[in-house]
Amino acid sequence: MIKNKTIVTIGGGLAGIETSHLLAEMGYEVLLIEKKAEIGGKILNWDHLFPSFSPAQQLCDDVALKCKSANLKILTNTELVDIKKEKNIFFLQTNHNLSFKADAIVVASGFELFDAKRKEEYGYRIYDNVITNADLEKKFKTEGTIVTPTGDAPKRVAFVHCVGSRDEKVGNHYCSKVCCVTAVKQAIELNQMMPDAVIYCFYMDLRMFGRGYEELYRSAQEKHNIQFIRGRVSEVAEKMDGSLAIKAEDTLAGRPLRMNVDMVVLMSGMEPSQGTSEIGNMLELKRGDDGFLKSAGDFAGRNITNVPGVFLAGTCAGPMTVAETIENARSSALQVHNYFKNLKNEKVRVFHN
Amino acid sequence: MKKFGFSTINSRTIDYQQFDTRLLDKVLQEEPSFARCMSCGGCTATCSAGNLIDFNVRMLGLLIKRGEIEGLATEIDKCMLCGKCILVCPRGINTRHVIMLIKKEMVKLKLEQV
Amino acid sequence: MILDGKKAIWSDYQKKIADDDFYYVRSCVRQNFFPGAETTFLRIMREVLGKNVFEHPCHTSCSGIGYHSDLLPLETTMTVVARQFALMNESGYKNIVPSCITSFGLYTEIIETWHHFPETKEKTRKLLKEATGRAFEIPENLAHASDVIYHFRKEIAEKSKFKLVDKNTGKPLKVVEHIGCHYSKMFPHKGIGGAEFPFVLTGMVEDWGGEIVDYPERRHCCGFGFRQYLVSANRGYSMTSSRKKFESMQPYEPDMIITNCPGCPMFLDKWQYTLSELEGKVYGKEGKGIPVFTFEEVAGLVLGFDPWDIGLQVHQISCEPVLDKMGIVYNPATKYKGLKGKDLGIPKPTTMNL
Repeated sequence: MIKNKTIVTIGGGLAGIETSHLLAEMGYEVLLIEKKAEIGGKILNWDHLFPSFSPAQQLCDDVALKCKSANLKILTNTELVDIKKEKNIFFLQTNHNLSFKADAIVVASGFELFDAKRKEEYGYRIYDNVITNADLEKKFKTEGTIVTPTGDAPKRVAFVHCVGSRDEKVGNHYCSKVCCVTAVKQAIELNQMMPDAVIYCFYMDLRMFGRGYEELYRSAQEKHNIQFIRGRVSEVAEKMDGSLAIKAEDTLAGRPLRMNVDMVVLMSGMEPSQGTSEIGNMLELKRGDDGFLKSAGDFAGRNITNVPGVFLAGTCAGPMTVAETIENARSSALQVHNYFKNLKNEKVRVFHN
Repeated sequence: MKKFGFSTINSRTIDYQQFDTRLLDKVLQEEPSFARCMSCGGCTATCSAGNLIDFNVRMLGLLIKRGEIEGLATEIDKCMLCGKCILVCPRGINTRHVIMLIKKEMVKLKLEQV
Repeated sequence: MILDGKKAIWSDYQKKIADDDFYYVRSCVRQNFFPGAETTFLRIMREVLGKNVFEHPCHTSCSGIGYHSDLLPLETTMTVVARQFALMNESGYKNIVPSCITSFGLYTEIIETWHHFPETKEKTRKLLKEATGRAFEIPENLAHASDVIYHFRKEIAEKSKFKLVDKNTGKPLKVVEHIGCHYSKMFPHKGIGGAEFPFVLTGMVEDWGGEIVDYPERRHCCGFGFRQYLVSANRGYSMTSSRKKFESMQPYEPDMIITNCPGCPMFLDKWQYTLSELEGKVYGKEGKGIPVFTFEEVAGLVLGFDPWDIGLQVHQISCEPVLDKMGIVYNPATKYKGLKGKDLGIPKPTTMNL
């Protein structure tokens, strides 16, 4: 490691912890700043992860362990209010009036889930039995059996894909990537918990891009009787008994379709988090049309930004799976180290996009 | 009743609530591979009959899964049982067996007149 | 149903409505089919609320019917609308209040078009000048008559003599609210409450004591439009659209329907009769139809106007059940008598006695 260098990581989720832990192990002084009271980010809310249904708890335990690295100092309940750069040093100010200096910054401020309330036609937070993927994952984690918000065992559940993604109306043209495989995963889990219920997935396209995902789709059809209907749900309406009437087109049959279900699960997509937008503004980082932070390159410069010394880790740079987030974060640590090495040798490589 | 020169129009919506699942249940029981159909259309693309007349075997399979069996008995007779569909299917479904099962079960369940 | 969720949406879709000095433009359909509704609106505005409402004798149809039936090109419609605005400007008014929802939708659409494509506005100026010698300015405030009644709903509630409550059971009347498509579906932000959960009629009904029924086909069109029913043989399509709504609302056993568009009550009212003749089916309780009202009529009823002055005798589905529930006193003998007691004749009974 290059002596006497400090790094500040912004964001204590999976990516932030992974990058910080690796850099600390290399011998650098790392300060990690987290907005919330606890470390871990989104995985704290998840139950089992695709594609193999591994328990998220394992990752949470890993994170707790990694926090204990020597050279790694963590500040929770802290936000940054100002960042300035002079020559190659960053000056940071927190909301508790503390000031820090850093030689490099890793932005790991992550994503937020799209607020499904914005899709008024699906009635989230208006109809009791419409929930999101996050709500369902929480139910898996905290409740033994699944009941609808009105307290009944559902006989039919409909998953609606692409809520807040691939949608002109809410301004998100991009695909959030992970929701299709999450829907299939959650559908399988629901079927395992309630074998008598029939689960329906309403999709526009099924994005089963990763290793094991297509096999998951096939097994969902074969072993779990999940019914896949290609067609976007146009509206959800509540009936007298609290069940929901769905209108969609079965595009492969070329006819409109109506059915009643007991619960609707909206697959909310990913959006850049509030923190990501704020830090991006503070550091004047370039952003893609999708709002996520822009890397210096699509292939070799994925963790590098337009500001020398500022690096990206994790989903602040776009939708990623858990596996990709960890790998991306590791790559980020290496990029920070290389940056210091090159500075020392006065060879700072600047990528052009 | 008066005549007005127009009348109500029947809905063309697939009403999933009116689904009589007996036929589908029987087919799936005897040919479970049918569950993994993803409506890719490979079968229809290669279909000998579908190449010449209005016969869409992919659509047929899909409509059974939605309970839409009106006119199915006549449609299914268009299949030549050539078996080209089996050669193509990427999910390895015995499509020819599915057709034979539909024909057999429709007679047994007395659904031919639908 | 989580009401707070709906309230959050309603607060997203608010609009400014003027307080006085309204320029009223009439509706082709409402004048002809529910003439009492417009006189009731004017009576409420002038006599009950003491507002200044002006009508220009030279104003015409907005030409929405022609435009939506593909009979008029867009330039002609724009010029007619510009003339309407010109007459308003000349009379010294700034707040236009159309009686018809299609007019409201048309004015909104044309103002938006002029805003985004200023060359069309300049062309319209030229055309209006050549055709009539008039010049126009865009109104400062555009609000539908139902928006105005919504704006004053609390004053009306204070002055009301009756409530939308069943006097026998003490329970609020169950009201289905039906919004005209052109009110908020095209421009959700120009309608109070937006397109998914409109609030303009809900607000009125709730402040006047009633309870809104939320049923699955709430958003569905009644089938009016223009093109599809002008040819008699196509009317099955319109009628089936209304039937879809009736079948969806029937389990909720509503006492009445309230509308803000002039075409919707015409269809929702008359198709119940046609369906009863064709299919022998009625959708109200106890073998009756569901009475359909316009918002002016409901406002007039809660204020205690005589039902026959409001014009309820021209409704296809008899309104008496609702009047009885509300405790409104009316004289059945004068129902079909004109001015000075002239006998207007009695309509023939329908097969299902609606």
